[in-house]
Amino acid sequence: MKQINHRDLLLGAIFALIGAGFVIASRGLDLGTAQRMGPGLFPLLLASVLMLLGIAIAAQSFFTVEQPVGQVPWRGLVLILAAPVLFGITVRGLGLVGALALAVATSTFASRRAGLMLGGLLTVGLTIFCVLVFSYGLGLPIPLRGPWLWF
Amino acid sequence: MELLGNLALGFSTALLPVNLFYCFVGVLLGTLIGVLPGIGPTATIAMLLPITFAFSPATALIMLAGIYYGAQYGGSTTAILINLPGESSSAVTAIDGYQMARQGRAGPALATAAIASFFAGTVSTVILALFAPPLSRMALKFGAAEYFSLMVLGLVCSVALAHGSILKALAMIVLGLLLGLVGTDIYTGTPRFTMDLPELADGLSFVAVAVGVFGLAEILRNLENERDRAVAVKRVTGLMPTMADLRAAAAPILRGTMVGAILGILPGGGAILASFASYTVEKRLSRTPERFGKGAIEGVAAPEAANNAGAQTSFIPMLTLGIPANPVMALMIGALIIQGITPGPKVAIDQPALFWGVITSMWVGNLMLVLLNLPLVGIWVWMLSIPYYVLFPAIIAFSAIGVYSVNSNSFDLYTVAGFGFLGYVLVKLGSEPAPLLLGFVLGPLLEEHLRRAMIISHGNWLVFVQRPLSAALLFIAVLVLAVTLLPAVSRKREQVFVEED
Repeated sequence: MKQINHRDLLLGAIFALIGAGFVIASRGLDLGTAQRMGPGLFPLLLASVLMLLGIAIAAQSFFTVEQPVGQVPWRGLVLILAAPVLFGITVRGLGLVGALALAVATSTFASRRAGLMLGGLLTVGLTIFCVLVFSYGLGLPIPLRGPWLWF
Repeated sequence: MELLGNLALGFSTALLPVNLFYCFVGVLLGTLIGVLPGIGPTATIAMLLPITFAFSPATALIMLAGIYYGAQYGGSTTAILINLPGESSSAVTAIDGYQMARQGRAGPALATAAIASFFAGTVSTVILALFAPPLSRMALKFGAAEYFSLMVLGLVCSVALAHGSILKALAMIVLGLLLGLVGTDIYTGTPRFTMDLPELADGLSFVAVAVGVFGLAEILRNLENERDRAVAVKRVTGLMPTMADLRAAAAPILRGTMVGAILGILPGGGAILASFASYTVEKRLSRTPERFGKGAIEGVAAPEAANNAGAQTSFIPMLTLGIPANPVMALMIGALIIQGITPGPKVAIDQPALFWGVITSMWVGNLMLVLLNLPLVGIWVWMLSIPYYVLFPAIIAFSAIGVYSVNSNSFDLYTVAGFGFLGYVLVKLGSEPAPLLLGFVLGPLLEEHLRRAMIISHGNWLVFVQRPLSAALLFIAVLVLAVTLLPAVSRKREQVFVEED
């Protein structure tokens, strides 16, 4: 009875795909000669190796025991990844205070433990703390208020 | 007597009020994040790296170094008191340390850990001072071919010492190397893998990749199963170990320091491997191995000495060769580059105050840690009651500010999210993130030296084996790889890490 380690199969496939992607992306780059290597040679070499390693990992997965992947915190995944993106989108427009509050508020809801009340308190507290430490304490030159705010 | 003069120069730098202050801030922060599970030194240093912009290079490195070895101290406190290692390098300390705490001997366990760490810190400061200058001098003779071979050796060692599958570690390194190449080619100015995004012309932001892979991915791992932390020991009384304790701990501390110092220098080693290996050594050497796991003081003393020694000696390849032994050292190199200093053997000659200041500050920092840790242990225990849902929004906030302040570029924050996702997926599927970051830093260096060596040798591929030093390095690399792949050794590799699971 054969078992397939789906975790490794997927991992191998991901590596192989990324490798293939880099191989395709380096097609247009000049390989050069041995003496004057072009910008494409080293990346093409690495990308091919990555592809082969991915295939090898995937092939090995047919001979090893299945390992459980465990649960995925879907809500946390979405919110935690969204927080820095939101900060990036809004930091110019809203300024540091607004962007920070938005990012913190988003991330507090990633936990199933934190309620609305606590989330709000955390957001206000952390934002004030960060502004005090980073803007006033360390003097980081990020504007506190951005042009999107009319007041 | 050159050494004394150098140390004097170092102390005159390390004891400057501003450096003392930031050394203190560093070890305090290090202890804090060491105590708190879910955030490690790599993520912390990545977040704070941009802020050290404003400091002088010596101050920046002194503070960042303090975070790293401070975390080794803090990690042991949680390992002993609540059986939850704050740092992975303290995972083995938890085995016997927690048992000691349950037997009412939390105080002696904590004190032993602190004494072991301080002793190891002192010895490895001396080792660093003794071995770094000759290594720097030797490295000055290195040409492009030698550097290329050295980096290959470094990468091979980090594969050999990584735990888990060798193939996966290799794939992570190669992926890291590739990602490091994104950006404008330095020889021809050709944009590579930039997908026509102007933000990628200078390559992916190193800080953003590190924060994503080590910070965000770690938060996601922790969110998988949220639970409350129970502090078994609320009050710690009777700190002082007995004379019998000290006698039992003395030899393990010595051996742990040696094991840690050696493994710290090797690429991919550092504190984590050092603590595991020294625990295995002690168990093997002990006349009563059955006591291990049931509160043996040797099981606390040796790993704690080893992880601190390893943390410090891993600075040797970074300071002398400009080559990182682990992700934290990769970040240190990033800090040097941000400061406009080219890492490599020249640092010791061009920046003696920085070089020796950082080395001596480690001893100063270790002294602060002993004074900080033992009397304040109550505060650290109290910190543990901070729930994780308060902690990670703070990590997100610091990360966002830290990453954005590097270039005031929003794109870097999208990079954080992207690499947080990639890092989480890869870790979830059983890879380790450390080789990826190591590859990312070494990628451009490896390519540059390869191309330079080929230009100098007029396209002769044999140059790497014709130059004796380069050939020797490559030979060792092949040897290490061959030994790692031997079936007997690969079984041993699994055993060393078996304690962790």
